[in-house]
Amino acid sequence: MIKINDAKALRQIQNQIKESYDPQKKLVTICAGTGCRGYDCIRVKEALEAEISKQNINVEIRATGCFGFCEKGPLIVVHPQKIFYQQVKEKDVADIVTKTVMQGEVIEKLLYRDPVSSETVMKEEDVPFYKKQKRLVFGSNGIIDPTLIESYLAIGGYSALAKALSEMSPEGIIDEIKKASLRGRGGGGFLAGNKWEGCRKAHGSPKYIIANGDEGDPGAYMDRSLMEGNPHSIIEGMIIGAYAIGANEGYIYVRNEYPLAVLHLTMAISSARESGLLGKNILNSNFNFDVSINKGGGAFVCGESSALFASIEGRAGEPRAKYIHAVEKGLWDKPTVLNNVETWANVPLIINQGADWYGSIGTEKSKGTKIFSLVGKINNTGLIEVPMGITLREIVYDMGGGIPKGRKFKAVQTGGPSGGCIPESLLDLQVDFDKLYEVGSMMGSGGMIVMDDRSCMVDVAKYFLAFLQEESCGKCVPCREGVRRMREILEDICAGKGKEGDIDLLEKMSQAIADGSLCALGGSAPNPVLSTIKYFREEYDAHIKNHRCPAGVCKALITYSIDPEKCTGCGLCIKVCPTQATSGEKKKAHTINNDLCTRCGACIESCKFDAINVE
Amino acid sequence: MEKTSDIAGKTKEIVKKHGGNKSSLIAILQEIQGAFNYLPQEALKAAGNALGIPASRIYEVATFYNAFSLKPRGEHIVKICMGTACHVRGASAIQDKMERTIGIKPGETSADKKFTLETVNCVGACALGPVVVIDTEYNGQMTMAKVDKIIGKLKEGAQQS
Repeated sequence: MIKINDAKALRQIQNQIKESYDPQKKLVTICAGTGCRGYDCIRVKEALEAEISKQNINVEIRATGCFGFCEKGPLIVVHPQKIFYQQVKEKDVADIVTKTVMQGEVIEKLLYRDPVSSETVMKEEDVPFYKKQKRLVFGSNGIIDPTLIESYLAIGGYSALAKALSEMSPEGIIDEIKKASLRGRGGGGFLAGNKWEGCRKAHGSPKYIIANGDEGDPGAYMDRSLMEGNPHSIIEGMIIGAYAIGANEGYIYVRNEYPLAVLHLTMAISSARESGLLGKNILNSNFNFDVSINKGGGAFVCGESSALFASIEGRAGEPRAKYIHAVEKGLWDKPTVLNNVETWANVPLIINQGADWYGSIGTEKSKGTKIFSLVGKINNTGLIEVPMGITLREIVYDMGGGIPKGRKFKAVQTGGPSGGCIPESLLDLQVDFDKLYEVGSMMGSGGMIVMDDRSCMVDVAKYFLAFLQEESCGKCVPCREGVRRMREILEDICAGKGKEGDIDLLEKMSQAIADGSLCALGGSAPNPVLSTIKYFREEYDAHIKNHRCPAGVCKALITYSIDPEKCTGCGLCIKVCPTQATSGEKKKAHTINNDLCTRCGACIESCKFDAINVE
Repeated sequence: MEKTSDIAGKTKEIVKKHGGNKSSLIAILQEIQGAFNYLPQEALKAAGNALGIPASRIYEVATFYNAFSLKPRGEHIVKICMGTACHVRGASAIQDKMERTIGIKPGETSADKKFTLETVNCVGACALGPVVVIDTEYNGQMTMAKVDKIIGKLKEGAQQS
């Protein structure tokens, strides 16, 4: 890599790289995000490379970050026609190279097929999952090779940094971010510009910049995909932020569970360093800045600012009281700006295209786009980037394609363990920071877990409390003991031992825990319980009063039976049952002995005739 | 089993690599675990001595973070994702099945030292739920039948080697 000395040299190098790419050169991009890796996309990539070399042709195979449409992986795009293939297998590779890459011929069976109209769609942007998206932050993931800085420079990467350092003052940058009303994407939704301004004005040095990549919310993985797929966009945002507040040192705190993100960030940092975009006198501006990576230890609470600082300092991640804000006393008690990785990745966009442009996207108080992970009981799982203000209905039905197996939508859970469950009656809610908060949930880092009529809302509340009890650091008694006690009450309710008055008690305890906890983990711990009581009280009542689990989830309250009309007597359920509860003669309807049955679900999974009923 | 002196020696090397920096404690522990597959007591003592950190504080950090194990772990680490997306798609049934198949509970290691079972609060592969990560491999859309197949294969492999 050549050293980039100043803004002019950066432009020259960007142009050189762009010119060296022949737009007519054949290129196949393949999604190599964690989801597609789970579908063995690396094998498909290797098969493509082998086929190219076998046929001795000049085609580039580029492994990129996550395309987002994880449901249909492995995904590839054949350029320049941008033909989008899904669920590609090794055996398809020879055809793809011979027919599509070499002759431009489209292979119908690999195209996305609309489940309603049965029509095939050729280009990625025309697939319903992508159509309503606005992929400003996430869009480059599908085109750049995250392991090569050249790939980022080719799409104009680091232009915002050059502009910031050569044309803008630190105060000017802060004004632009404030004008754009950029709100933190990690969950709280604080105005990033205000944080930056507070930190710039704070006394004390050195000052620090931190990117929070400790994506702990279960069901959220957009930060992971950004770190894996476009690490330079995060680093570029951080350098601009550091220049604005006057920091020379930065950290990226990444979850322990994300090894590929750590690898790609490490590569990005070292190549940025080699080319002079990190280090001393960046782009001849006299400004020095460098970044290092800290790996977390698998503690959810470390996503909280003061716990995260403690973890970087080498201590147990316990939050502390925030009488003084982190912008004044943060890491090592020095002024610190902590923003989520997605927030940082928004910064270059705002600097490049201006706050007015950014402000034209989104709602009055929530500007720009947000990346969500759309998962759970939904047809099209994956990552979507949408303008703020889009409705939940558009997300669930237009992009998500509705609920699998024709089941009924029940709720969408947002905001992780601090969030809540939003019912069907609120599907027309416009998604932004404030609207979600108003209905008792929150944005969180952007997880959206869709639930159908087979998801029990009491069980979901119990699940989150179990999660929070495990992750509570134990410092504040109301959180440590209160969450445990609430979990016990919910366990009793799910076991059919619920009592009259339990709901009132849960509500009272919720208030006490929220009031008596230092950090947001405890402060918002009751939300999953309160929101499910608010919107699904009848399910709680069914458990407590009637000892029934309407969704058929809580094991103590359900029984299995075999529908003699549907059962063909194939014997599979007998084979898989771990407790010998199923029995019957071949070719005659089988039965289940509920005294032996543990409701493990093995028979349901094995039955090809949908003959097992849960009541 | 490595000898105590080897463990202490290797630990000192790791501490030295991090410049003896107290604030690198978590990174040092991660590297020790990488080397030994768990945190041996001798290593923690050696790290404490080399860094000048009392054993009580090392123990506090080592037990606070889920990623650390104070017990030796098996040849294969089986991590069941308990994220919300996996939960609503039946992760707990997969967990029960895994417990029955390997014969251990989360946090335990099988007697033959082949498997350690762990649960993890979301591995961030939510679209593939329910997910089980075995060593570094992501197994998506898990079913009970798949548990039999995958664990069976690993057991066979274990017998051959």
